[in-house]
Amino acid sequence: MPGFSHSIGGETFRFADLRTLMARATPLRSGDELAGIAAATDVERVAAQLALADLPLKHFLTDAVIPYEADDVTRLILDGHDAASFAPVSHMTVGAFRDWLVSDAATSEALSALAPGLTPEMVAAVSKICRIQDLILVARKCRVVTRFRNTIGLPGRLATRLQPNHPTDDVKGVAASVFDGLMYGSGDAVIGINPASDNTGAVTKLLHMLDELITEGGIPTQSCVLSHVTTSIEVIEAGAPVDLTFQSIAGTEAANRSFGVTQDILQQGLEATRSLKRGTVGDNVMYFETGQGSCLSADAHHGVDQQTLEARAYGVARLYQPLLVNTVVGFIGPEYLYDGRQVIRAGLEDHFCGKLLGVPMGCDVCYTNHMEADQNDMDQLLTLLGTAGVSYIMGIPGSDDVMLNYQTTSFHDALYLRRVLGLRPAPEFEAWLDETGILASDGSFTPNPTPPALFKTSLPQMEHS
Amino acid sequence: MTDETRDLWNTLRRHTSARIALGRAGVSLPSARQLEFQAAHAAARTAVHSELDETALRAELAGLGLDLLSVRSRVADRSEYLRRPDLGRRLSDADAEALDGRAAPADVAIIIADGLSALAVQDNVAPFLRAFLPHLQREGLSLAPTVIAHQARVAIGDDIAQRLGAACVVVLVGERPGLSAADSLGLYLTYGARRGSTDADRNCISNIRTGGLTFPEAAYRAGYLVQEAFRRQLSGVMLKDNSVSAPELEDSAGAERISGE
Repeated sequence: MPGFSHSIGGETFRFADLRTLMARATPLRSGDELAGIAAATDVERVAAQLALADLPLKHFLTDAVIPYEADDVTRLILDGHDAASFAPVSHMTVGAFRDWLVSDAATSEALSALAPGLTPEMVAAVSKICRIQDLILVARKCRVVTRFRNTIGLPGRLATRLQPNHPTDDVKGVAASVFDGLMYGSGDAVIGINPASDNTGAVTKLLHMLDELITEGGIPTQSCVLSHVTTSIEVIEAGAPVDLTFQSIAGTEAANRSFGVTQDILQQGLEATRSLKRGTVGDNVMYFETGQGSCLSADAHHGVDQQTLEARAYGVARLYQPLLVNTVVGFIGPEYLYDGRQVIRAGLEDHFCGKLLGVPMGCDVCYTNHMEADQNDMDQLLTLLGTAGVSYIMGIPGSDDVMLNYQTTSFHDALYLRRVLGLRPAPEFEAWLDETGILASDGSFTPNPTPPALFKTSLPQMEHS
Repeated sequence: MTDETRDLWNTLRRHTSARIALGRAGVSLPSARQLEFQAAHAAARTAVHSELDETALRAELAGLGLDLLSVRSRVADRSEYLRRPDLGRRLSDADAEALDGRAAPADVAIIIADGLSALAVQDNVAPFLRAFLPHLQREGLSLAPTVIAHQARVAIGDDIAQRLGAACVVVLVGERPGLSAADSLGLYLTYGARRGSTDADRNCISNIRTGGLTFPEAAYRAGYLVQEAFRRQLSGVMLKDNSVSAPELEDSAGAERISGE
């Protein structure tokens, strides 16, 4: 490779190859520093951004950040590239592409048509020269609509994943949190439990409990127990009621192997889940989680910056037509994203890249206690993502996940965002909330002061005062 | 007078430690609940940034007959500790040399590492060791010097054990504080630890604290693991803890989520 260079004020900065150019152009974050690939100075970073802005988008089709022969994610990106969709922007540089994206020419329809023609590296590159307002403006124009028992991603809508985790997967404990969330209007994206154990018996028990609740309550939503894809396949074969199959994925073959998955296994998961035909309005059956830093954490990053690798994970995700994809942006720790400032930027980049690639992007707006972040940082990211049109966020009692020991958005937070930005739940779920009297559909979100009668039968073990 | 609306399903709180039925003011958290959360977060943050008081710890350990040494990792301060896990796993040059001078074959080395909560170490190490050391004596296992490690992560124990010449290392480390508990102590056992040992080589006991896994129970489980590790000459994924039926031995924080450590 010839390499790249750019001069600023008489000083010439050289970048040995594409991955180095991309890494040096990335806004500062601790993970790239830990990997030893971040720009050494602010000036070097801008020089890299200027060099990147001059790069033709076409370059990404012939120069891979991880060699084609070495990595199956690179192969799926390049083999799956749709040249016809790419044609409208194929003459542009990265800089001209940003100008086009923020222009009125880039309509929602144009962006949807373009998505199959974009590679993860192209969208990662353009995100690196975007400010936060660009990341919001462009993402807001993207439309990615998916369906299972309801419709996620329509304009003016915000869905929530109800996350009723419990430290020991106690069924009553989980049900208590589900109940709390439903009463606050949460759960249209999915009622999704992170199980404390991947034991098939425990997973099956939780799946049956959620299935009964959704069926008896007539709730237009879907459930998921976020176990390993192979566990989901196993319980499907044993007859368990699986709506969505979950998997953590990453942007390199080696990182995915460290998660115990290959593209073949994901395909098997997709086919097994679709075979149950449990969706009523669509058959998007996969749920993926990602997060910047996961490849570095697995020692599988190939010297590529964590934000580019994250975009490559969305390249993997879109192959399986998922219902939901979210970045768990602040979960992984301060060695990857150090503080609120880095988390906020990363969350908006991830949402932007996912949406441009045609992925139904949500975000786990979250932090851990060893990160330099707090509720104020989360309020900022939450509000910015709502403005950017994020498909869904998490909902958990009081922001405190007592199983995973981190903080994410609460049921109250989602109601705040809906109220401030005038966002409504998924239409099918909204109708159900109105029918049950949990939330009035007249625009005033007021959780019902009394539990609706239907829960007295669907949750017989739950006593109400 | 208050504009707070209470939730009518309060009674469900007995089924879970999750923060359910918090009530609301409009659609927002009531002031009392909001500040309750802030207090828990402040306690957790304080634990993360707490410094290990070695003098106080040594005074508490005085009666146990341990040969105590003290080392530092390559980390300069807390901010670097949080950003550079690689440096927290490695000994400072001076301490590495000093440990080489103390090499002598022994069965078990105990390492006390501040980790992400010096508070957990301060509160729980002494009572845990009082319960645990008799298990080692019963097995007739010899002890290497016990090492107090500052700004340290679990894997620093591998280097220490290799330099001291210990067959098995038990690292006691302050766990990442959660909102409900900022003082959880973790225990990591590695048989045949060497620089480059991985998490797959370790067995873990988590949540050792007053109000969590009790000291006698934790000591019993740790004693069982040490005994089995020496009997089978291995540790980690090949060594299952069959001493208990409860699943909580596993470190649940990493379950099906990407994890930083």
